[in-house]
Amino acid sequence: MATVAERHETLRAEQERFARAGSAAPAALRALRAAGAARFDALGLPTTRLEDWRFTNIAPIAATGFRLAGEDAAGAPALVDAVGVEAAARVVVVNGRFAPALSTLGGLAPHVRVQGLAAALAADPAAVTARLDIPDTDHAFIALNTSFLEDGLHIEVAPEAVVEGFVHLIYVTTASDAPVMTHPRTLIVAGARSRLRLAQSFVGAGGAVYLTNTVTDVMLGDGAFVDIVTDQREAATAFHVAALRVDCGAASEFHSRAFTLGGRIVRNDLLARLGGEGAHVTLDGVYLGDDHQLIDNHTSIDHAMPHCTSHELYKGILDDHARAVFNGRIVVRLDAQKTDAKQTNRALLLADTAQINSNPQLEIFADDVKCTHGAAVGQLDDEAMFYLQARGLPYVEARDMLLHAFAGEVLQGIAHAPLRAAVEAALFERLERDLARHDAVEGRR
Amino acid sequence: MALLEVKNLTVRAEDKEILRGINLTVNAGEVHAIMGPNGSGKSTLARALAGHPGYEVTGGEVTYQGEDLLELAADARARKGLFMAFQYPVEIPGVNNAYFLKAALNAKRKEAGLEEYDAMDFMTLVKEKARLLQIDETMLQRSVNEGFSGGEKKRNEIFHMAVLEPVLAVLDETDSGLDIDALKVVAEGVNALRGPDRAFVVVTHYQRLLDYIVPDVVHVLSEGRIVRSGGRELALELEAKGYGWLETAGAGA
Repeated sequence: MATVAERHETLRAEQERFARAGSAAPAALRALRAAGAARFDALGLPTTRLEDWRFTNIAPIAATGFRLAGEDAAGAPALVDAVGVEAAARVVVVNGRFAPALSTLGGLAPHVRVQGLAAALAADPAAVTARLDIPDTDHAFIALNTSFLEDGLHIEVAPEAVVEGFVHLIYVTTASDAPVMTHPRTLIVAGARSRLRLAQSFVGAGGAVYLTNTVTDVMLGDGAFVDIVTDQREAATAFHVAALRVDCGAASEFHSRAFTLGGRIVRNDLLARLGGEGAHVTLDGVYLGDDHQLIDNHTSIDHAMPHCTSHELYKGILDDHARAVFNGRIVVRLDAQKTDAKQTNRALLLADTAQINSNPQLEIFADDVKCTHGAAVGQLDDEAMFYLQARGLPYVEARDMLLHAFAGEVLQGIAHAPLRAAVEAALFERLERDLARHDAVEGRR
Repeated sequence: MALLEVKNLTVRAEDKEILRGINLTVNAGEVHAIMGPNGSGKSTLARALAGHPGYEVTGGEVTYQGEDLLELAADARARKGLFMAFQYPVEIPGVNNAYFLKAALNAKRKEAGLEEYDAMDFMTLVKEKARLLQIDETMLQRSVNEGFSGGEKKRNEIFHMAVLEPVLAVLDETDSGLDIDALKVVAEGVNALRGPDRAFVVVTHYQRLLDYIVPDVVHVLSEGRIVRSGGRELALELEAKGYGWLETAGAGA
């Protein structure tokens, strides 16, 4: 136990410093932070001895003494421009704090409220704290995020409101001399029958060592529709730990399309609860890994009510010594009859040294349900490669065409065309860079 | 100089000797039919000519347009005007048929030092050819061969051929699985391309196709060797007698 305690000594020191600095915060918020800190203390940073972290060794995160990121926003505008696309509203978080100066909220109708979380907490501490207090959690990083709860975003869509276009949330970590961490918290409340599309882009200063530990909670009222595109383009030297928790009301619809491009160690937890009849979730994702990247996608779908559907498609492209984990948990509770759940994880390994651990985890207690899962891991289809080459396409062009097609299935799900183009460009630019090096070594170009 | 000169070609697939010394000369302007029973090596010959990596050439020579064909990778062969219509066209989800064909055509044009087609010029060209082969325009916008019926796949192969305008086209059992109407469409597509500068090697199990694509030379393949060559009448003889007599002929050869 001494080693675990030792490991987060720096984190505890930061928590204490943070608690002292925030002693003037509202009592409800202080209590929430304290509960988070206590929970984190009890759990400690996860080790590979835990089933949920078996293949994901976060020792490099534990070994880095992260301090909370400061308020220096220098360099933020350039990072925002690098990922920003035309949107109805742009909402920027710099080093974990809402940055109104870099945000443009003008395009939003009055029935959509976007605020910094700190401002929302100051205005109505009891109500907002209550919303943030989601009982949980065996996930140490969520507890850690709560212990540092200070700012982030608070988005509220009034019942029946329809948000035209999409809202772009951009989370930036600026350069710093020593390793820093941010714990942005985002709370999205979609009123009954409202509609909202948004994207979360994560970006940071190139070459910087930092940890983004983000928690996003989405609550969908009955009949609400929320579509989130996650565009994760952290620096290759960064660590990214993300939890997205979704609570779906009756007949609501939630879509997540998560694109993982950056980060040295990445852990995404997507926890969706279908808590009302007739709800639907789509959880799609593409992850790219090269070098020694480690990308872990854990999804968990809780079919708690009847007549809900979930559709899940994750696709990975792994090169070099990259490793990926996909764990897809689906729970169908006793009452959740007529559940229709489909899960697929496909991975392409472009090098013999790349690796994936794919694990479907179905726990079905109802008897009248349809649940399918499939995993396919392999290389590019030789026969397809030959077909394309036999028509005259050079190796590199044929391969890239197949890779585009592979990722295209998920990319097509991004409804907003400029966003889709931006994510697609980032994805293939990354892929092109990885593969060019390969091709040079093997004399293909 | 012959367009294609195959000398004593031997080919292995999955550790089995399949072609045991093929000799074949194809001149520009000619149509050659390769016939023979199942397992005689017809498709192996087609795939080896196209450069399929699963087929290992263990001996012999292949000269195409005066060049050593065996030195070239499959894609280079294709850009030099060699085309194989697949027996089993591959389904490629997510790759748009027209987009792929444009890339293939432009790869070829680029190598020939010609200007690449833009999307507009390409579509004009393609619609013309599609009409000829009764290709529904929706087939252009679907993923390559995905969900195509057997007949649609074969027509799509001939459509690709029509657009790429090869110098030497090898048709690997293009007639298999086609009804008579589809067969006629495919044959018309091939016949429209026949000309003094172009040659065809038509691999088929049945004589039927040769009623519509009339060959100059018919070769009979058995156990990896060409055991007889002749004119069109040889195909009719095979139709009447079947392949049974080959076993004795093959053993004596």
